[in-house]
Amino acid sequence: MTTPPKPPFADPAPHQRRPRLAVHKFSSCDGCQLALLNAGEGLLAVAAHFDIVHFAEAGVVDEAAEADIALVEGSISTPDERERIRAVREHSRWVIPIGACATAGGPQAHRNLAHAESWLASAYPQPEHVTALPTATAISAHVPVELELPGCPVSTAQVLTALTSLLAGASPRPEQDKVCLECKRRGQVCVLVAKGAPCLGPVTVTGCGALCPGLGRDCYGCYGPAENPEVATLARRFRDLGLDADAVARRFAYQNIGAAPFTQAVRDWRRPAVGHGDGDD
Amino acid sequence: MTEAHCLPRARLQALFDRLGERGFRCIGPQVRDGAIVYDDLSDASALPVGIGTHQAPGRYRLEHYAHARCFAWSNGPQALKPLLFAPEEPLWQVTRGADGRVTFASIERPAQRRAVIGVRACDLAALTLHDAHFLGAAADPGYAARRAELFIVAVDCSHPADTCFCASTGDGPAVTGGADLTLTELDAGFLVRGLTDAGRSLMDALPLLPASSDDLRLAKAEIEHAATSQRRQLPGRNLRDVLFANLDHPRWDDVAERCLACGNCVAVCPTCFCYTEREDAALDGSHSTHLRLWDTCYSAEHSYLHGRLLRANTRTRYRQWLTHKLGGWHDQYGRSGCVGCGRCIAWCPTGIDITAEAAALCKPPAAETDT
Repeated sequence: MTTPPKPPFADPAPHQRRPRLAVHKFSSCDGCQLALLNAGEGLLAVAAHFDIVHFAEAGVVDEAAEADIALVEGSISTPDERERIRAVREHSRWVIPIGACATAGGPQAHRNLAHAESWLASAYPQPEHVTALPTATAISAHVPVELELPGCPVSTAQVLTALTSLLAGASPRPEQDKVCLECKRRGQVCVLVAKGAPCLGPVTVTGCGALCPGLGRDCYGCYGPAENPEVATLARRFRDLGLDADAVARRFAYQNIGAAPFTQAVRDWRRPAVGHGDGDD
Repeated sequence: MTEAHCLPRARLQALFDRLGERGFRCIGPQVRDGAIVYDDLSDASALPVGIGTHQAPGRYRLEHYAHARCFAWSNGPQALKPLLFAPEEPLWQVTRGADGRVTFASIERPAQRRAVIGVRACDLAALTLHDAHFLGAAADPGYAARRAELFIVAVDCSHPADTCFCASTGDGPAVTGGADLTLTELDAGFLVRGLTDAGRSLMDALPLLPASSDDLRLAKAEIEHAATSQRRQLPGRNLRDVLFANLDHPRWDDVAERCLACGNCVAVCPTCFCYTEREDAALDGSHSTHLRLWDTCYSAEHSYLHGRLLRANTRTRYRQWLTHKLGGWHDQYGRSGCVGCGRCIAWCPTGIDITAEAAALCKPPAAETDT
């Protein structure tokens, strides 16, 4: 948040017509599209204020449609997707990746830290029929984006809040608070301190409402790293709580393994990596 | 303060009943999710009977004992702060009429008389500081309304945790003021003292017995022991000058290696009061609610000014917290912002100890390595 974000609409006359909204899909489970469909009354309000020009899960299909706002679900993990996202960029004024796949690569980014070809060979009898890139990466690794909304799935409320701001001609304000702050605002008891649970709340951006700690579970970072995430410090704390090096690595190896700070923790702690973090403190 | 009388343990329910009859919603300590928390409580048997706590840097665990005492524990993660300085509170609402004009309206707050049972001396000291902050010249209406209707039953602290240091800040463990009624727990019952007219009036309605000289002697001895058993302390009550003279001390880099910048210390601190504001707007632009939420000086937003992030890293954010808490508060409120409750030590996920950091920062850098 150190540079002012781009103004919502460069054209001063977008209100002569309803803004056009597209929802695109790349490598993903469709869960973020379903999170939008689950918006209930919010979805009706969206339909009343936007022309929904493309949203496959809602039955509207026109991938090439010009859009004012393109919500993009999924990671780029095939050569075809690499081309498609460029086309989306060209005919969309605001590109907003939604969810862990689109913002960090998603669970499919596990292959970024492995030998993707050997994984393919071990899973498929004829891997030559699979056309995939060796990595699964975030939308922002391929085209410039205006705003990112993380989460697995994306927070419906955050999407609606961003659309509300854009509709009002204001710049959306990205959530930056860590899960810990949200957890404390809700009066929940810290599972790390009171139970010794390896909670990722101190390094994860909120958006979930500190859902897992509220149910007595440790956060597993499904919204990805917050700003200024002290991942190395938290990883050492997990070791001190009794986790072995591989278990520490696995805490950061969920949907956001492709986010740079979590990728680094996995590299540092996963065996047989040399120098798994013990030597630096 | 009235002369102490004795409330037999078996009659403790009368305290809750008399408060209820006076229209108070009772809030008291209880066990939930592995900690002692404050919430609605009208049944004395739901107090943490036989519960103790073991607290250490970054660690909090409940302990179970065979005794019948219900206040034989030191503070959990929160007490008064969330009840008065609400974690999230709507401040105003704005609506857009058919003609496009916007209208602002304040939020109506329903009156609610609340009585909190079991408040400790450290939290009463914190309350005095919050009153100075929120009830000053520009009083906060929400805080003021909640504060005016609050009845406080304090309890002398007999079982400080390993993380407590209220004796060193001068804020505990005995209750010396700031409450309506104060209790001292003994095995057989409670010594009760009224501190305000409301407290004395309630006392008159309780089934009290005269206190024996043995009761008074035992109570005094327990509180003295609670003070002398504390092992932690700050290096002084006013560290303002030494901290501001050491803004480049290498210890700031050292602590930044251990700090997560998660803000848990701020959230559990009974005196921290930073907040942020948000807009919760309807998609169609017809109305919006303006919210105030707890913030911390560890968030990026806290130091984002005029397009610039002033404190981009953990070192400067921790330094901001500590120098304000132990330094800047002297200029603003005439005392340190630390009341020795030790919550920031126990509830820090990595166990950073404010007393150890302050001690290291008050020593010259060269002598710092042995801490």
